Amino acid sequence: MVTLNDYLILSAILFSIGLIGVLRRKNLLLLFFATEIMLNAVNVAFAAISKFYGDLSGQMFAFFIIAIAASEVAVGLGLLIVWYKKKGTLDLDSLATMKG
Amino acid sequence: MYETIAFYLFAFLTIAMFWITVTTNNALYAMSSLAAGMIFISAFFFLLDADFLGAVQIVVYSGAVMAIYAFGMMFFDTLNEVKERNPKKVVFVLSGLIALMLVVIFVSPIISSKVQALYPMVEGVSNPKEVGIVLFTKYLVPFELAAVMLLVAMIAGIILAGKKMEKSETETEQEEEVVFEKGVEQ
Repeated sequence: MVTLNDYLILSAILFSIGLIGVLRRKNLLLLFFATEIMLNAVNVAFAAISKFYGDLSGQMFAFFIIAIAASEVAVGLGLLIVWYKKKGTLDLDSLATMKG
Repeated sequence: MYETIAFYLFAFLTIAMFWITVTTNNALYAMSSLAAGMIFISAFFFLLDADFLGAVQIVVYSGAVMAIYAFGMMFFDTLNEVKERNPKKVVFVLSGLIALMLVVIFVSPIISSKVQALYPMVEGVSNPKEVGIVLFTKYLVPFELAAVMLLVAMIAGIILAGKKMEKSETETEQEEEVVFEKGVEQ
């Protein structure tokens, strides 16, 4: 029988994978992928809590997280395209222009 | 029984796909494995009786978001190998400890007080209907705000990506090459 703890552990593992991606990625596009993984991991936890507590609020929050993720992708990718046209690279180090 | 098998199967598949996304050096592999992982995530929603959420996950994430990424990648040089930094283990340990601390800080008041269902599920109603009832009564204002936010994001995306669209980068490169060739001939 699958319990709430199993889902929460899975969600934690997925979130950790996303965190590792955020830490080790240098390409901005792949950094975005890692944040998507983290958002999805949280959605799984919300849906599981919603099921095991018999409450719909968890699913509602998952919906709003999906909406936020969609708009984040639209704006973020627009900014990435502008940055790529300006600098010709997506390297994270190219953002460090204020280094003394 | 079948639920348990499905859970562990999809858990393994999701973790494997996301691990490929995080570790591969090829941006195209990362994108396709991320799309596959998103679809496997929706399986958990179906297992958890959140049918509507699973459908939305497939439509929005695997459909819209991955399509946006695929179109966005046409602007970038995705065939090159992606360079990575390999941070020291101290960074992993410290960030992990900070994350753990944050979890403890946020969870401890929840555990100490008894959690009760705020909007209990209605018996004998299908999940999409239930979601509709709660979404358009209790969560109507956040729903409208999310709609406005998506509109703002759409306008922002169009304006940001559409800047200097009239100037084609490949055309200017070709012109430069022509000029360069003329200079060589002279």
